[in-house]
Amino acid sequence: MPITSVNDFVVRFANVNGSGSASANQLFARAVLRMGVPVAPRNIFPSNIQGLPTWYEVRVTEAGHLGARGGVDLMVAMNPQTWDKDVASIEPGGYLFYDSTRPLPPAKFRDDITVIGMPLTAICNRQYSDPRQRQLFKNIIYVGALTALLDMDVKEVETLIGEEFKGKAKLIAPNLQALHIGRDYAREHLTCPIGVKIKRADAVGDRIYLEGNSAAALGAVYGGATVCAWYPITPSSSLAEAFTNHCARYRVDPQTGKNRFAIIQAEDELASLGIVTGAAWNGARAFTATSGPGISLMQEFLGLAYFAEIPAVIFDVQRGGPSTGMPTRTQQSDVVLAAYASHGDTKHVLLFPEDPAEAFEFGALAFDLADRLQTPIFVMLDLDIGMNHRLCRPLAWDDSRRYDRGKVMTAAELDTGKDFGRYLDVDGDGIPYRTYPGTHPTRGSFFTRGSTRDRYARYTEEGGPYVDNMQRLLRKFETAKTLVPRPLRRDAGKPTRYGVIYYGSTSPAMDEAMAELGARGHQIDMLRVRGFPFHQDVADFVADHDFVFVVEQNRDAQLRLLLVNELNLDPVRLVPVLHYDGTPITARFIVRAVAEHLDALKITPLRKVVS
Amino acid sequence: MTYIVKPKFHHPALPVNTLGLTHRDYEGSISTLCAGCGHDAISSAIIQACFELDLPPHRIAKLSGIGCSSKTPTYFLGSAHGFNSVHGRMPSVLTGANLANRDLIYLGVSGDGDTASIGLGQFAHAIRRGVNMVYIVENNGVYGLTKGQFSATADRGSKSKRGVVNTDNSIDLVAMALQLGASFVARSFSGDKAQLVPLIKAAIEHQGAAFIDCISPCVAFNNHSGSTKSFDYVREHNEAVNRLDFITARAPIHIDYEPGALEIVEQHDGSKLALRKLHADYDPHDRLGAMTYLQERAIVGEIVTGLLYVDREPDDLHVHLGTVERPLNALSDQELCPGAGTLAKINAGLR
Repeated sequence: MPITSVNDFVVRFANVNGSGSASANQLFARAVLRMGVPVAPRNIFPSNIQGLPTWYEVRVTEAGHLGARGGVDLMVAMNPQTWDKDVASIEPGGYLFYDSTRPLPPAKFRDDITVIGMPLTAICNRQYSDPRQRQLFKNIIYVGALTALLDMDVKEVETLIGEEFKGKAKLIAPNLQALHIGRDYAREHLTCPIGVKIKRADAVGDRIYLEGNSAAALGAVYGGATVCAWYPITPSSSLAEAFTNHCARYRVDPQTGKNRFAIIQAEDELASLGIVTGAAWNGARAFTATSGPGISLMQEFLGLAYFAEIPAVIFDVQRGGPSTGMPTRTQQSDVVLAAYASHGDTKHVLLFPEDPAEAFEFGALAFDLADRLQTPIFVMLDLDIGMNHRLCRPLAWDDSRRYDRGKVMTAAELDTGKDFGRYLDVDGDGIPYRTYPGTHPTRGSFFTRGSTRDRYARYTEEGGPYVDNMQRLLRKFETAKTLVPRPLRRDAGKPTRYGVIYYGSTSPAMDEAMAELGARGHQIDMLRVRGFPFHQDVADFVADHDFVFVVEQNRDAQLRLLLVNELNLDPVRLVPVLHYDGTPITARFIVRAVAEHLDALKITPLRKVVS
Repeated sequence: MTYIVKPKFHHPALPVNTLGLTHRDYEGSISTLCAGCGHDAISSAIIQACFELDLPPHRIAKLSGIGCSSKTPTYFLGSAHGFNSVHGRMPSVLTGANLANRDLIYLGVSGDGDTASIGLGQFAHAIRRGVNMVYIVENNGVYGLTKGQFSATADRGSKSKRGVVNTDNSIDLVAMALQLGASFVARSFSGDKAQLVPLIKAAIEHQGAAFIDCISPCVAFNNHSGSTKSFDYVREHNEAVNRLDFITARAPIHIDYEPGALEIVEQHDGSKLALRKLHADYDPHDRLGAMTYLQERAIVGEIVTGLLYVDREPDDLHVHLGTVERPLNALSDQELCPGAGTLAKINAGLR
């Protein structure tokens, strides 16, 4: 039976990288959105510039499930290279839309799907003589066909084309023409609509649609960052590039045309963090954007910034590791690396945004935290959030908010004779005062170094001052617990022995999975961790449950390791649920894994055995 | 190591500069380097240069990497902020510091191991970006703190204290700085303070990437016969191409040299350099000529010193980046945050 569904299905476009398909596919996704139906698009792309397979998946979901679903209902198969795999991935009863210019043997198809052939190449060759036009308009033509097949409002696509080419008016007419060539052909020659359809709805509301990297970069602009140093690496490059674009719009002095920012594309990640360290030492808000391999290279500066207590903000857009790993796939596998980066005893502050809205919020907050705590702050994004458009609540900013520059002693304070010890804990929170270089002619200067020193920044190799300093750094980390975003708890309707902890991009899949598990009668309380070090609420949540699932996108249960280590928890009670094949975690996966464990856990609870 | 407090009292008749400061106000704590170390002579030259330029010490930021040379910022300009960073990474830290506040003077102190080995990449990139700084390499060709291993600037064929002959080719940092576009390049010798002090002064006044390679013999591990970085060897093979008498814009120029032997080089900020030619044909404004000359002299074993290249119209990283005149670390919240109104428009554009 062909699948029938309104506003709830998955379309996947199989394309060749570099063929110009991305903008056509995005046009399709945006058109659905404009019809008031939420979409969750995802790029599945290779580490390649041209020629290798690339996919674009659009989950059409009136219910607002923004996680990846898994499976494909309608395949738009435009890449012969991946044909067999693409055809095989269609759900039984699904649809296959393909370019039928060249006949294919029946063995290349399946009996249990609806096959929709359209001679796209032939149409393009007839219509256009320029090879590049043939290629580009082919993409728009299939979008036109889809508007007919899925019963879409073509006016929304027309409007979007008008907006897209605003300022390049002569491109509008040929694109509209291509759109209608596709739409008209489909209406004339194909059965329209098919079983999956898009119907106008009102489910988007005031939500916005943007990529996490762009949102995080905007957070850096709003957070007052003036220095950015970075080295190109997938999937974080677009964050630094977005910062560049945002700054060009919002950070140029209107009087002089001069820049209120400095962006350096450094020679490597090590130099990137070196530049950030130097700038932050000198009182500017500075950040870098990178991914796992960059964090590996930055270890020595992370140790220095931790020990010498210099603010730094690091956006880590995580990808599949180890080593070069899966450079274009998503994972949450830098958690331990970031938390304990560098040699010696170190601990770092991590923030885990769930979507672009939080990437913006935490992106701005990170600069306040870095200045307040005088230490590196990691904003742990991943490819799934960073490089995909995601529907999220509008970005918000309170104009009465002032930047928290932390404890910086001024020349006036030094003049009053205030005791200045760079590593002196005057307030009991482990955070000392600092001065910016050049503050005062005779007071407040100090020597910054990665070697041991006493409370007044004087070099020493004595054990006493060393331990004193290391203990203060622990007190400071305690203070951090109260400053990082608190975890968000959502309890099931009824009391339950089970809980689940999750973080970051797992969020939408988790929401959907919990709804499904709830419908099956499983009661599970949820806790979304948003920061490290862990707030007391995290320990309380685990204490409140016999078993807590810890859902993550890595092999080694890295957040669970931090939970066990930092909160002294019994590992048996923390059940890992791990997804790490490089694709975004799905609700289907979580439901299956959790349900299996729940069956297996139907034993006498550990506590009762012990007592 | 213990922290030795240096007594503050000084002779009442010590000369003062226009800020009313004495030479002593530019000192730091007592050096913990070996007695006779060339590095201490360089520290002393830095102190004298800053004193003579009437610089407020706290408006200088001194940055270094790791090693004997990188320890020296503790021994001068005690009221300036210092940053003893990571081995070979001073250039990136200095670059960031410079971006944050363009109003301070940035003095980067490094060694040959710190710059030519572990930090070669960062050295190269800071120079090619044109960071406005004085970058001094205290070059002794040897790792002192780890007891005498060759560094990458040790000449091929030179002998270590243990009698091992270096078979690797050496890195010529001056040649690299010239190729990478440094707008001020000099080489000097820690044993020639008369040459070094004016060079440091000119480098500080220079508004661009100024690089000074200063041969600084290691008395503990590289001052023996067979070394090409010993006091005796450098004195014998030192070929100065010119003598620099630094003159600020404020000071009157009085010329007491042979006509034609002196060149007044006006710098971008109006300060002037009086350059006394020792080699009639050497033109310090010819980058290509300088590179060729240095290579030719190096082949015959000469160590060419002096002001080797200076760009009359240098620019720097801030010019390249088009940054505002006011230091980035002094911009207010209002100047940095686009505000809620703008954000509402951004939101509207994302639907």
